[in-house]
Parts: sequence; C-alpha cells; structure tokens
Amino acid sequence: MIPAPFDYHKARSVDDAIALLDKHGEDGKLLAGGQSLIPAMRFRLATPATLIDISHLSAHKYIKEKDGHLAIGALTHEMALEESSLVTQSYRLLADTAKVIADPLVRNRATVGGNLAHADPANDHPATMLAYGAELVARGPKGERTIPIDGFFTGLFESVLEKNEILIEIRIPKPKKGSGGAYLKLERKVGDYATSAVAVNLVLSGDTIQEARIGLTNVSSVPMRAKNAEQALSGKKLSDETLEAAGRAAAAECDPSADLRGSVEYKRDVTRVLTQRAVRRAVERAKGGQS
Amino acid sequence: MSRHLVTLSVNGQPMKQEVEARTLLVHFIRENLGLTGTHIGCDTTSCGACTILLDGKPVKSCTLFAVQAEGASIETIEGVAQDGTLHPLQEGFWEKHGLQCGFCTPGMIMCAKAYLAKNPRPKDSEIRQAISGNLCRCTGYNKIVEAIQYAADKLQASEGKGG
Repeated sequence: MIPAPFDYHKARSVDDAIALLDKHGEDGKLLAGGQSLIPAMRFRLATPATLIDISHLSAHKYIKEKDGHLAIGALTHEMALEESSLVTQSYRLLADTAKVIADPLVRNRATVGGNLAHADPANDHPATMLAYGAELVARGPKGERTIPIDGFFTGLFESVLEKNEILIEIRIPKPKKGSGGAYLKLERKVGDYATSAVAVNLVLSGDTIQEARIGLTNVSSVPMRAKNAEQALSGKKLSDETLEAAGRAAAAECDPSADLRGSVEYKRDVTRVLTQRAVRRAVERAKGGQS
Repeated sequence: MSRHLVTLSVNGQPMKQEVEARTLLVHFIRENLGLTGTHIGCDTTSCGACTILLDGKPVKSCTLFAVQAEGASIETIEGVAQDGTLHPLQEGFWEKHGLQCGFCTPGMIMCAKAYLAKNPRPKDSEIRQAISGNLCRCTGYNKIVEAIQYAADKLQASEGKGG
C-alpha cells in the first residue's frame, strides 16, 4: 500500500522544524521514527500534506544522568535503552519496558519521544513514565517548557503539546534509596499491543511500601494511573492481602474496551493479576533482587 | 507532492535516483533498483520479510521512506554473498534446512547478520529474541535457530584463523 502524496521537508534542527510546523499549521506533521505514523499513512488513516522529518537529528539522541534525573533525548531509539547499562542497572522498569515495545526491528527506528507524543494508550512508555513521575520538555516558538507527565495526556492520541511544539527531552527522577520498579505486559505475540500491561515504581522503607506509582497500558482511552491501587499499597507491608487489594483496585478503576484481545472482564482480570505480579517483582528488586 | 534526489550506497555501490517523497524504501529497492530479494510480506510493519540493513542496523524497509535513506549505506540480501561464495548464514540456512517456502529468508538472514555482528556467540533464546520481528509460517523456527548457530560457529572459526 502506498501513502497519499505529501511534501517532504528534512528539518535542519529542532528550531527549523518548529518554524516549519508554524508555517504549515494543521497540514504539517512531524516524522520521528515513523513506526506508528508510516503504517497509518499506508492505510491512509493519516494523510498529512506535509511531513517534517526530524528522525536524523542526532543532537537529540542521548541517555545521561544530570541534575537529579535521567535525561533521554526525545529522538533516542528504543534499542538504545536496551543497550544502555545505565538503564538496565538503575532503571529496571524502563529496561523492562524497552524490551517489550513492538519488536527488535521496529525498536531500531522507533523513538522514545514518538512513543509518548503519539499519546496512544496502547503504547508502553506512557504507563512507564506515569509510574516514574517523569517530566517532559517541549520546545516551541516561545521557548521551552517542562510538562509533568500527569498533565500531559488529554485524550486518545491527544496531549497538551501545541501544534508548533516538539517534545525534546524526557526526564525521569533518579531512583530514591529503596526504590524498585517493574513492567509486566501480556501480549498475544511479539509486536502486538498489550492486552494489558502494568508499570510499577515504588519505594520501600524496611518492609513497608512508602509510596507507589502505577501506570496501566491499553486498558483505558487515555493513559492512566491506577491511583486506588497505589493507595492500597501506600504504608503497607507486602502481603497476600495487600497484593490482592491493589490488584482488585486496579481491575476496578481501569476502563478497557472489548476487542480481539479479549472481553472487558478478561482484561480487568489480567490487569488484576499483572498488578500483583509487578508489585511483587518491584518489591523484590527494591530489596536488591536481580530477577 | 515533492520529488527528491536521493544519493545512497546500496551493497557498496553508489546510487543516485529521483524519488517521489511517498516512495517507501522497499518499493525503491525492488522497483527502482530491481533488487527483488527484499520481500514485501504484510505491508503492516509486522512480518520483517523486507528487513534490510540501514547503516548496519536491521530495519523494516516498508516503514521508512526512500528519501530518508539519503546519505545512508544500505545492504540487502543481494549483497550478502561475496564473489559467488555463500555467506555462512546462507550456507547455514541451506545445510540446516532453515527454510521451506523461503519467503521470510532474506529478512531472517539480514536480521541475523546484524545480530551476529553484535553478539557473535548467542544462546538459542537470544537468537529467538533477535528474530522475533521476523515471521516464518513454515519452519516453526527451530531450523532457523540452528541455521543461525551454524553461521555463528563458522564465523567464529574463521575469526580464530585470523580470516
């Protein structure tokens, strides 16, 4: 299948891309890794008149710790997360996530920023970044602003990004002492979207879960936190009862739709089970476990 | 609808062609260059039959515009054999019966070639992960994993000999 015709512009820099977005208005669309956009264009679900290619802008491909956070350039390829020892050692939730996004070939092109800016609740980074309490840095004609992840997603494929703004950096707070995280995803096959997936990031003090943040994938029309499940864990010791309460809370507060991947009831139950398992793994990791 | 001059290297040969912006890299390779070893299986970014190496990395050439390959070096299945001698991967697929219909094979080989460059002594489970974006509907994958291990052994042996 061949996409509808369009004009192609290769941006020289992010600022050049912002100027092009400004100029082309509603007709302009950014092309980063293209692993969601190009399939949509082949099906003619997307027919942008103008594509502004930013995929080659290597100044925005980096993973580094600075000023109390992990900074990821928005055009960093997913594969770079898997290959980063910093990520695999200190950001286990992110490392878990990176390994289950689409497939390895797609991860060689797909970008972290694209996964978030697309604002698809079926994508994996939204839940993970919600669990981390990440901040997103966007640049527009008036300069840069920092957007807390909790306020970023506003609807299905919709975010607070303006038409002429570009997501340029993702900031994940450095893990506090005693923290652990995990991402668990049920998918029918490699490359499919999640039937459900759960991102957990928590902080232990002794045996007590001081705080927990949980993000859910593909069980709502907007990427969501499981706040009731977080509440069920906060201040509690890990026990079968605590896990059961958190799992039930997540199952109740998610809002899945029935599709080829299963019924609403099934997806709620998968969410319940994955929440329990992800919390258990996050706690094990917080205690220094390597699993 | 814009048209662009694209300059790139294909299997070591410099190329220059004009393309429409919407031309997918896989169509450019097959139709403009006549290199039909790169296959189109699904058209949905699922199957990996169109896998090529873009600056050494395996990517799905159906999910990239030809214009984006400007300045890049790409390798297709036609560039794998050298001077009429099969690459150890091609030999492995032959020896270990790593194919039945053969439709997925070019993509499998390109993916495996990049992976063995990254991890020359892989475990079977790592090979399975590495080729998880390439679908085969015939073999059940066991023979493909054996074929890739055959190539890994052979490449290691020739490395040992300083070759």
